[in-house]
Amino acid sequence: MRVYLTAFGCAVRRYSTYRAATFAGVVTNSVFGLINAMVLLALFEARPQINGYDATDAVTQVFVAQAVIGPIAIFGPPLDLSERIRTGEVAVDLLRPVHPVLWWLATDLGRAAFSTVFRSVPTFAVGMAAFELALPADPLRWVAVAAAFALAVLVGFALRYLYALAGFWLMDTRGVHAVVFLLAPFCAGHLLPLTLFPEALAGVLRVLPWASLVQVPAEILLGKDSLPGGSTLGGLCFQAAWAAALLALGAVLTARATRRVVVQGG
Amino acid sequence: MAERTSPGPAAGGRAAWEPAVLDRRPRSVTAYPRLAWAWTRALAQYPVSLAMLTFAQACTTAVELLAVVIVFGHAGRLGGFTLDEAMLFYGLTGTAFSTAHLLIGTVDRLGEHIRRGSLDTVLIRPVSPLVQIATEEFSPRRLGRTVPSAAALGYALSVLDIAWTPERVLMVPLLIGCGALICGSLWVTAASVQFLLTDARELVSSVTNGGWALTEYPLAIYGRDVVRAVTYLVPLAFVSWQPALYILDRPDPLGMPDWLRYASPAVAAAAVAVAALVWRTGLRHYRSTGS
Amino acid sequence: MTARTPASGGAPIIDADGIGRTFTRSEGPLFRRRRRTVTAVRDVSFQVTAGEIVGYLGPNGAGKSTTMKMLTGILSPSAGRLRVTGLEPSRQRTRLAARMGVVFGQRTTLWWDLPLRDSLALTRHMYRVPARDHARRLAELTELLELGPFLATPVRQLSLGQRMRGDLTAALLHDPALLVLDEPTIGLDVVSKSTIREFLLRLNAERGTTILLTTHDLGDVERLCRRVIVIDHGSLAFDGDLAALRDGAPSPRTLVVDLAAPSEPIEVPGARTVRVRGTRQWLELDGNPAAVIADVSHHYAIADLTLNEPDIEDVVARLYRREGAARELSAG
Repeated sequence: MRVYLTAFGCAVRRYSTYRAATFAGVVTNSVFGLINAMVLLALFEARPQINGYDATDAVTQVFVAQAVIGPIAIFGPPLDLSERIRTGEVAVDLLRPVHPVLWWLATDLGRAAFSTVFRSVPTFAVGMAAFELALPADPLRWVAVAAAFALAVLVGFALRYLYALAGFWLMDTRGVHAVVFLLAPFCAGHLLPLTLFPEALAGVLRVLPWASLVQVPAEILLGKDSLPGGSTLGGLCFQAAWAAALLALGAVLTARATRRVVVQGG
Repeated sequence: MAERTSPGPAAGGRAAWEPAVLDRRPRSVTAYPRLAWAWTRALAQYPVSLAMLTFAQACTTAVELLAVVIVFGHAGRLGGFTLDEAMLFYGLTGTAFSTAHLLIGTVDRLGEHIRRGSLDTVLIRPVSPLVQIATEEFSPRRLGRTVPSAAALGYALSVLDIAWTPERVLMVPLLIGCGALICGSLWVTAASVQFLLTDARELVSSVTNGGWALTEYPLAIYGRDVVRAVTYLVPLAFVSWQPALYILDRPDPLGMPDWLRYASPAVAAAAVAVAALVWRTGLRHYRSTGS
Repeated sequence: MTARTPASGGAPIIDADGIGRTFTRSEGPLFRRRRRTVTAVRDVSFQVTAGEIVGYLGPNGAGKSTTMKMLTGILSPSAGRLRVTGLEPSRQRTRLAARMGVVFGQRTTLWWDLPLRDSLALTRHMYRVPARDHARRLAELTELLELGPFLATPVRQLSLGQRMRGDLTAALLHDPALLVLDEPTIGLDVVSKSTIREFLLRLNAERGTTILLTTHDLGDVERLCRRVIVIDHGSLAFDGDLAALRDGAPSPRTLVVDLAAPSEPIEVPGARTVRVRGTRQWLELDGNPAAVIADVSHHYAIADLTLNEPDIEDVVARLYRREGAARELSAG
């Protein structure tokens, strides 16, 4: 356990040295938040209610989406694992007496923790300052939001771990990453709330893992009954189920990849 | 080893070490296509990645287009414009920005070059560093955004009821060209910030990709202050908003002067001048600080 | 046709007159940053004549790289006057680039994913070498540097030695009058080092190409450089012949004597025996070697004698340590 805490701590320290990059990230996330919010405000001015969302709900979701960009890395970057697989350095990692999934998880959680404090919070604050957001008064709901956020980070990691693992079977994962980092924001309700999508498309996207990243946490914050199972608890269970399934898949594929590396010598 | 054949100074008044160069065209002009082609071939060594990257670029456009369609589908009209008219804004912006992205987009990696020290190897060659960096990893995959954007523009131009006077026929390509120049200048100007803040690449993105996202919709929806800012401060209004008003022959819904729609060429020239100045200043700063 | 002759009137190919370079650095934590001025190079003057091979030496952090960057136009000097091939490097960088070849040992200028041949073709277009000249020079360099076996290999798969030969070729295809090398043999094996040294000597002898190189490998210096410039703490510590550096240095010469039979340590005036092993003895000389040799051969039965020059490595190391005093040795 100690080793994972150390990995976590190292990651926090590592990311805390990227000051200008963090600042630039907050500015960029806020600028896009403002643009998306203005577009949606114009839309809701024309039609005040769409599928149970009003203007405030939509703008709130925009800033939830912008705030979580850093911790869940929905637009990337890929895990460093991906580069280590490409260069073959991963063989060294697999020899260490730690579980690769947990090791990379600890590292990524360190990154996410730093990002939450220095990117998510300031970005959301910009949204609160610029627009009226729908924030719950019930402290219990805030607890649920925190849990949903943590689960979103877990799912975000598990997905990126799987993208990176593809490198064991493909020579170069730049293409894979380009496609997933593009489709993920669309599927997650980041680009537009899934509420606005045509029913059939939204129905499909709502059961895919990416919905755990933005749509479900946003609806838990907003207290919507369009959540899986119609409740906050249903939403959290949905996220937890995906997190467990994807991490388990990651562990199974890691074992396979390890055999492959051992047998073929990389 | 053969001996040097160039004559000494006595022979032609030329210093002994001046190389024999017959081609007097600017090196940057001739080097750009060569470098772009070399990078294309380099990336073609990974055909699966190249295909997926091209696909990803096309998906970006498709996904954004879908968002525009969904928004207009719910609203009917936004800022007084229909979906078909919105396609005109989307197509103009997409064509201009994706052309700039194709030709000069990688300049936003400047900070990385400075941090890794590879800007030094760029500086020892007799070709503009801007050309060398802009062509880095040049690949036709970026046409994945240009082609669908141009298709959207073509669609809008064909379905909309446009009075095709000879003046308009000539002006449309000019306005698109000016738009691309403005976008390219914006990219270079924003990227030059990295001469000062080397890990501020995302800041560049907030201007370039942010500008791209902003101008995909008719600017009227953002209100007067935003439109003023992107007309007089950062000239994004000349990428899609003013050209579209001209093509549709609409009065400015925000009451800004109508002559602005003819100002594109002048604005483009000014944008290029500013970009050149900022880039040169940045380069001089680099040489004098050695960061 | 003759090889490149020194420019008429003896105009130096590099003319540095009191050049200096200071940097301003911000240090400390984010909100309590302090600006500090650091002098990397201070009042350095030297000239290099066309056709010379000059070694530019100094310990890490002495200002070697800063000087190289100023010579190539990457960095502008903050003081003094600098001309390279008659041009002011930082202002006329592009023109200068066409007259100069540069190789950074630690960094390749080739394209990672391209076969070496394509990288070189690209270089040709950047430097605008006519196709026929390119073909001829490439053929020559391919033969001399034995590039043949890996011309079609992507640069990322080349060994360090192969890559360095590729980089040298890229720097020489436009037939520059001046070749600037920053640590050209760093990390190379003995064979690769030797190939590159012999090539550079030949290039200098046959083409008259002027070569300025920085190196930590004193083997490079011994083999290549008649003249060395030593920089330490940003200032010029020595500029002159390699031989003068040796003579002026306080390092003693050593006489190795092989006696016919083992004996007590040799005692003669002007020498001190420092080591005895079997029949072999080592003597450090203070006085005139000829007199000592005469004395030794007169008093002892000798099988063999060798006079060792001081090791250049030793000499330069001493010079670094005594930078203040060393400046007085300057032969320039």
